[in-house]
Amino acid sequence: MTGRALLLERTTGPLYGLLLAAAVWILLRGHNAPGGGFIGGLVAVAGTAAYAMVFGATPAQRRVPLGPIPLALLGAALALLSGLPALALGRPYLTHLWWNLPLGFAELPLSTVLLFDIGVFLAVWGTLAGYVLALLRGGEMDRGGAP
Amino acid sequence: MLVLSPLLVPLATALLIALLHRQPVRVRRTVSLAGALLLAFCAGALLIAVEQTGRLSLAVGGWPLPYAIELAADRLSAALVFITAVLGVAVLLYQTSRADSAPETPTLHPLLHGLLAAVGAAFVTADLFNLYVWFELMLIAVLGLLVHGGEPRQLQAAFAYLALNLVGTLLLLIAVALLYGATGHLNFSALHQAAQRPELAAVLPVYVALLGLALLLKAGAFPLFFWLPASYHTLPAPVLALIGGLLTKVGVYALLRLLGEVFSAAPAVLYEALGGIALLTMVAGGLGAVYHWDLRRILAFHIVSQIGYLLLGIALASPAGAAATLFFTLHNIAAKASLFLIAGLIWALAGHHDLRRIGGLYAARPGLALLFLIAALALVGVPPLSGFWGKYLLVRESFAQERWLWGGAALAVGLLTLYSMLKIGLEAFWKPHPTGDGIAPVAGLGPAYGAVILLTALILVMGLWPEPFIHYAEAAAASLARGGSTP
Repeated sequence: MTGRALLLERTTGPLYGLLLAAAVWILLRGHNAPGGGFIGGLVAVAGTAAYAMVFGATPAQRRVPLGPIPLALLGAALALLSGLPALALGRPYLTHLWWNLPLGFAELPLSTVLLFDIGVFLAVWGTLAGYVLALLRGGEMDRGGAP
Repeated sequence: MLVLSPLLVPLATALLIALLHRQPVRVRRTVSLAGALLLAFCAGALLIAVEQTGRLSLAVGGWPLPYAIELAADRLSAALVFITAVLGVAVLLYQTSRADSAPETPTLHPLLHGLLAAVGAAFVTADLFNLYVWFELMLIAVLGLLVHGGEPRQLQAAFAYLALNLVGTLLLLIAVALLYGATGHLNFSALHQAAQRPELAAVLPVYVALLGLALLLKAGAFPLFFWLPASYHTLPAPVLALIGGLLTKVGVYALLRLLGEVFSAAPAVLYEALGGIALLTMVAGGLGAVYHWDLRRILAFHIVSQIGYLLLGIALASPAGAAATLFFTLHNIAAKASLFLIAGLIWALAGHHDLRRIGGLYAARPGLALLFLIAALALVGVPPLSGFWGKYLLVRESFAQERWLWGGAALAVGLLTLYSMLKIGLEAFWKPHPTGDGIAPVAGLGPAYGAVILLTALILVMGLWPEPFIHYAEAAAASLARGGSTP
C-alpha cells in the first residue's frame, strides 16, 4: 500500500475472521444444501487475498495454517484417504459411508463424504492462496520491495 | 482395487514426495523410485489378473452403471499400463545418474508421478468425460515439467505447447459435450450401444470426427504436429524420454479405443481419412528428421513419423490392424524412450546435441554404440528386432486389404528413418570428434546405462520371441472387436 488506509486496516482483521467462519459454514452446509468444500475453499481464499492486499503477502501467508503448499497437500491426502474405508468393507473405492454419533442432546452426522469435502476445502484454500500470494508478491516486488 | 492402482499409486507417491520436500534429494529420489517399482508391481499383477478374467471393472463410489465413472482394464489397457510403469522405473533410475538429468527441484518428482497417474488413469478409464480430465491433467503436468528448468527457451517452448494443446483440449471438451448431448451417455459401453441407434446416424459421424480431430492433435498427427518438435527438445533427457515416449501414445490409445471399439460403427470415410492423415504424418515426420542436425529434434520428428504407423493400424479398421497398432505401440515406447535416454548419454559424453559438433563415440564407448544400434535398428524395423514385427503386421494387413499405397508407404518411410538413424550413427559414433580432444571420462553414468539396458532388453525380447506378444495383441484386438464384452 502507498499510504496507510486506517479504516481498511481496522476492518480487515474482523472481516478475515468473518470470511473464514462463512467458509466453514458453507463447507458444512454443503452436506445437505448448495455449498460444499470447493465453494467454501474459494471463500477462504477471498479472506486470505483481502488480508494480503491490506497487510502484505507475508503476514497473510502466516495466517494460512501450515502454509499454502502443505495445506493443499494435506487436503489432497485427506480426499484420497476418504475413499479407503469403503475398501475395508469390500465396497468400491470412494463408496461413502455415513453414521450418526449420539451426543446425548443431539446426533452428530458424520461421513466419509465430509472428510472428502474437508480435503477439497483445504486443497482449494492452499492451492489458490499459494497462487494469490505469489502473484501479490510479484506485484510488491515490481513496486520496489515488500511493505 | 487392482484397476485403481495405475491412478492411486502414483498419486499417493506424488503427495508423499511433495510432503518430503524438506528432505535431502537422496530420500526423495528413493521414495520416487520405490513408488515407480510399486506401480510396476501392481501393473504386473493387473496384467495377470486381466489375462485370467478378460476384463476387470470398477464403478467408483458404488454408483450404478452406466452413471458411475467406470474404471476398466482389458488386455489393451493392462499392457499399456505395464509399459508405462516400466518406463517410469527406467526414467527414475536414469534420473539418479549425471547424464543430462533434470534439476532436482522439490516439484520434479511430484510432477513426474502426476504425469504417470494421468497417463495410467487415461488407460483404464471407461468414461469419456473422465478421459478428458486425464488429458487435462497430463497437460498440466507436462507444462510444469516444461517450465521447471526456468530457462527462457523452456518458457517459450511451454507457450507453444500450451497454445496448441489448449486448442486440442477445448475441441475434445466440445466433442465430449456434443456426444453426451446426442446420446445421453459418457460410459464407453453405453456409448457403444447408443451409437447403434438409427436416429443418430446423421449427426454421430460428425461428432466422432471432431473427437478424432482433437485426439489427432494430442497424438501429434499431420498437420497438427508442430507443437511437438517446437517444445520437446528443451527438456532434460529423462523427462523427455517419459514425455516423448508416452504422451502422444495416449492420443493414439484413445483413438484406438474410440474408433476401434466404442464407435466402431463409424462410417468408412472416417477411417479412409485417418489413413490419409497417417500417410502424411509418416512422411512429414520422416522428412523433418532427415532435415535436422540436433539429436533431440531428429528424435522428436521420429515420434511424429512413428505416430503415422500407429494411426495406419487404426485406419485399417480390422482386428489385425488393431493388434498391429498395440504391438507397434509397445515396441515404440521402449525404442523411442531408449533413444532419448541414449541422446542424454551422448550429450553427457560428447558435450553437445548438435551432430556436427560431436563424434568419436564408437572408438571411446563401443558399448553405448551397440545399445544405440539396437534401438535405432529396432526403430527402422530391421529383423529380428521388435520394430520389424510391428511393421510386418501392419504391412501384411495393408496388403491383405489390398491397400497397396498404405503398405508401400509404410515400407518406403522406413528408408527415411534408416537415413536419419545412419546420420546419427555416422556423425555421433563413427566420425572422429571434430575438435579432436575426444571423449572425456564422466563419472556417475551407471544408473543411466542401467535404464537404457532395461529398455534394450525389452526391445530384444519382443524381437526374438515375438509370438507371445503377437498372440497377446491379437487377443486384445479380438476383445476390442467384440465391443469390450467378455467372452
